[in-house]
Amino acid sequence: MLLARFLGPRVWILIAALLLAAVLVPMANLYLSPSHPLHVPSYMVPLLGKYVCYALLALALDLVWGYVGILSLGHGAFFALGGYAMGMYLMRQIGARGVYGNPELPDFMVFLNWKELPWYWYGFDQFWFAAIMVMLVPGLLGFVFGYFAFRSRVTGVYLSIITQAMTYALLLAFFRNDMGFGGNNGLTDFKDILGFPIQADSTRAGLFAASCIALAIAVLIVGWITRSKLGKLMVAVRDAESRTRFIGWRPEYVKLFAFTVSAVMAGIAGALYVPQVGIINPGEFAPVNSIEIVVWAAVGGRGTLLGPVIGALLVNYGKTYFTAVAPEFWLFFLGGLFVFVTLLLPRGIIGTIDYGWETWRSRRRASREEKGESDDGEGQPLASPAE
Amino acid sequence: MTPSIRWLLAALTFLFSAISVAPVHAQESDPAATIQKFGGKQSYDETEAVISELAATGDARVARALRALREGDLYWRESDEAVFIAERNGDNYDLLDPLTGEPAGSEPRGDMSKVRVKNSIRNAVTTALGSLTLRAENPAQRMRAAETLFSEADPEMIEPLDAAIEAESNADVLIRMQEARAAAVLASDRPAPEKAEAAQVLANRGDRESLTMLNRFANSTEDQAARTAAIAAIAAIENNIAFWNQAQNIWYGLSLGSVLLLAAIGLAITFGVMGVINMAHGEMVMLGAYTTFVVQEFIRTSAPGLFEWSLLIALPLAFLVSGTVGLVMERGLIRFLYGRPLETLLATFGVSLILQQAVRTIFGPSNREVGNPDWMSGAFDIGLMSVTWNRLWIIIFALAVFAALLIVLNKTPLGLQMRAVTQNRSMASAMGIRTPWVDAMTFALGSGIAGIAGVALSQVDNVSPNLGQGYIIDSFMVVVFGGVGNLWGTLVGAMSLGILNKFLEPYAGAVLGKIVVLVLIILFIQKRPRGLFAQKGRFVDA
Repeated sequence: MLLARFLGPRVWILIAALLLAAVLVPMANLYLSPSHPLHVPSYMVPLLGKYVCYALLALALDLVWGYVGILSLGHGAFFALGGYAMGMYLMRQIGARGVYGNPELPDFMVFLNWKELPWYWYGFDQFWFAAIMVMLVPGLLGFVFGYFAFRSRVTGVYLSIITQAMTYALLLAFFRNDMGFGGNNGLTDFKDILGFPIQADSTRAGLFAASCIALAIAVLIVGWITRSKLGKLMVAVRDAESRTRFIGWRPEYVKLFAFTVSAVMAGIAGALYVPQVGIINPGEFAPVNSIEIVVWAAVGGRGTLLGPVIGALLVNYGKTYFTAVAPEFWLFFLGGLFVFVTLLLPRGIIGTIDYGWETWRSRRRASREEKGESDDGEGQPLASPAE
Repeated sequence: MTPSIRWLLAALTFLFSAISVAPVHAQESDPAATIQKFGGKQSYDETEAVISELAATGDARVARALRALREGDLYWRESDEAVFIAERNGDNYDLLDPLTGEPAGSEPRGDMSKVRVKNSIRNAVTTALGSLTLRAENPAQRMRAAETLFSEADPEMIEPLDAAIEAESNADVLIRMQEARAAAVLASDRPAPEKAEAAQVLANRGDRESLTMLNRFANSTEDQAARTAAIAAIAAIENNIAFWNQAQNIWYGLSLGSVLLLAAIGLAITFGVMGVINMAHGEMVMLGAYTTFVVQEFIRTSAPGLFEWSLLIALPLAFLVSGTVGLVMERGLIRFLYGRPLETLLATFGVSLILQQAVRTIFGPSNREVGNPDWMSGAFDIGLMSVTWNRLWIIIFALAVFAALLIVLNKTPLGLQMRAVTQNRSMASAMGIRTPWVDAMTFALGSGIAGIAGVALSQVDNVSPNLGQGYIIDSFMVVVFGGVGNLWGTLVGAMSLGILNKFLEPYAGAVLGKIVVLVLIILFIQKRPRGLFAQKGRFVDA
């Protein structure tokens, strides 16, 4: 109950909505006849599942950007690494059903004339091992990268640029055939997951439900972290790093913690994403993808729990819509969104609503006096989480 | 050397050439008659015999007929078996005299038969031409002949080469001929000491071709002394090649470095001096490249004669185009975001997406063809190193841009104001400098220079909407590595990254090399977060 007071009603509504969706969408897909007005068509389920994974990714980024002020332009790398770990498990599940019928080696290795499985593919035939790797690999990369970066006080745009360089380097590396991750084509042609056929409606419904539950848990965890004492420290680091240091805290450890947790979350998002879209390729490492994540969080409102989720859902719905209706305008729209949000909506949707609400309330409270506080929000520090 | 000795030498040379060439001439007096032997039906062996006979005349004039034979243009008239070079002209052949190349009337096509050729005949002709041109008037032709013979390494050619060497007066050509002879000797069954000597000649030449020949020889020869000589020669050549490989690597590195420098130098202004993260910087480069494309298209349609000047015309235009876009960006967007670098990064990234898509909509998503003017194409050799003109010009150009920028920053009023504003904005403002105007001008300057870089990069890279993206990360790396706010740092950073990249490539491959460089830079930033040439002084984190 302490948590309930901490998080505020809106977050509980979000969590409830996610859990409800986790139940209702699969049911509407599986048990309602296609003619029923509430039927969810089969193509829609993985699409929605994709959005939910993106929302989880945006939430992960929000943890470091919104709360600690680290603008990571490399979160796509953690996402893709988690996806690759899951993809490797799915590849091993194909077994002898591949084109070349090799029970041990994935098709692309047979094609490259490899004789045996590289050592880093060992263990991926076990789901539990892959599940650990999904969290361990991105987490480890985040930890090592963050350890070095934060220890030597690489901050601000420098950090952004080297995170971008990191994902760029991984992009180049995964494009190589001899890395053993399928090169350009990535991993695809998956057959089943945990014994369930991956194309089946019921499996997809299950994956969707799993994604929703994962997101709900992530919201809880992030909420818990940010409302704790550590969370206050995070905001302190974001708003005045030097001062926090002078008071006696070690900002680098705070950052490192947030960065690692965030990387693990991004990895999980990637792992849930891959079986739903059926492919993972090096394109996921592209720096542009990572920057898109930033805009989801920015649109929704960073430094809030609700914002990134809503931003990711909205922007990605927009992307689906635009790329179907007028593909050439999508980039105009996305670019315009970047400019619009940073110039006119720096708090994002949720942040702006909160801020407006707060202003209105305080103004009413002080209605006898003249205007309570300035409307001009420019240059002020971000409103701290309002829920 | 006194004139008298020179005369004596010339006389001697003449004498030797007379002695060596004269007997050959004596055998066959009339090349025209020999050419006529191609006429009539004959076997390939007969044709080949005629070719050797012609080669033996040593008369450079027969080259025309031989070349025509190789190209399949040599015909004989069925009525009298007279041989001509024929050019097709409607239903007729225009006939040319095979020796002089003068017109000799025309004949219906049905009355002419072709002298048949096959590949072995063509090879025979090539060899024959090689020995013929050894005595051409023009030293360049003789040089070429010697080079051809060198790569053929035909033992049959030793004697003609000996003759030519004795007649040769040009020192450079002489060396080439001796090398050709050495190559032929190695391939022949001459005595071992002579071969050892030949190996030495090849060692002095020291290129890859000599190396292959010597290797082949060292593996096949029985004689111990000759083998030792060959192995010594191989070692010498390998040293030589290794040296030139290093030189070539440095050259490639400098070339890559100059490209990086061009891409990064505008960023060194906007990011380094002003502290504005301009993610659309790559798109400014791209706009410059597309400006070049448009200029060339315009020239192609309306003033083809100006093509050679197209790049020079494009330079100021590209500066204007990118500079204007930069100015608009600064006034319309960036000035609202000063002091908020992360937001600037996002907003300018949005602009870069818009610019990319705009160019894609206007010019299409595929690569656009930008031509190289003559003075930008071709290559020349220094030792074993090949230097292409466009790379050379780009290095020169990058350094020129760099120098110009240094002058602008250090010697002009605008530069003075720029430095004042970046060092202490409020003080500069108090001194009467219009800081917003200086900001706008600085940003426009940085963007304009990116546009100029685009003109140069259009010569070495694909002009596509994605052109800029390929450079943006590299450019930031260069600026961060070199040290923010320091142009010299950018220069050193670009060149050292370029060279490092090229030296890693042979060991790690192009992609892995790039990754290694990125990782090294990331590690480097850990060590020196302010770059190679950090600005001195105390300052608080923004």
